[in-house]
Amino acid sequence: MVRLTREPIDITALTEAVRHPHCGAVVVFLGTVRDLTGDQVTVCLDYEAYAPMAEKKLAEIEAEVRRRWPVGEVGLVHRLGRLAVGEVSVAVAVSCPHRAEAFDAARFAIDAVKHLVPIWKKEHGPDGSGEWVHPSAVPGGLGAVPVVGPGTSGSSA
Amino acid sequence: MLLRILLFAAARDRVGTDALAVELPSGATVADLRAALADRCPALAPLLARSAVAVNHDYAADSRRLQPGDEVALIPPVSGG
Repeated sequence: MVRLTREPIDITALTEAVRHPHCGAVVVFLGTVRDLTGDQVTVCLDYEAYAPMAEKKLAEIEAEVRRRWPVGEVGLVHRLGRLAVGEVSVAVAVSCPHRAEAFDAARFAIDAVKHLVPIWKKEHGPDGSGEWVHPSAVPGGLGAVPVVGPGTSGSSA
Repeated sequence: MLLRILLFAAARDRVGTDALAVELPSGATVADLRAALADRCPALAPLLARSAVAVNHDYAADSRRLQPGDEVALIPPVSGG
């Protein structure tokens, strides 16, 4: 299951949603808003998404996780809007029969989210300044995180 | 063909709109669109080079031919997750 939400992410509900009778392991990863990037202080962040494509990419990531690992259930949730330091921006929850698979699947999922999903953050400093974060990698690149989705027409990394 | 290019984040800030109308000849490719955007908005050029283009919600190669009615978006380097 995948979701974009402007509400605080309900971690308990997400964990419960992925628990599965065939699965002995549940891994939940939370991405939280940090107060420091290098020596830049962050007071709050704004997240925005190209929503229809973001939901499509999240669904493709879920499908890829299910293809590669024996998952019981997968949950990918990304929050949008204004977040304060410490708040949860993204949650990845996976259940698998055993913990090695659950850790690997969750790791793959969050890495894929960070490379592929059209969501951007704007960091606001204490002086009220705000800057969009656009890292150096070209998005959608299939180098480090190979994800094959239906209709992907391949973009150079 | 007239295409509406969706803009996000710093690209939207630099151009000053969240959707830019761009006229392209029929048969134009994503590469042609990049050239048209760089020409039309020089301020966008550095970010453009690092951005992907999405057509109908999928990342598109520069060789992809655009069709009337395609939903096209400029995808600057993403920072979600």
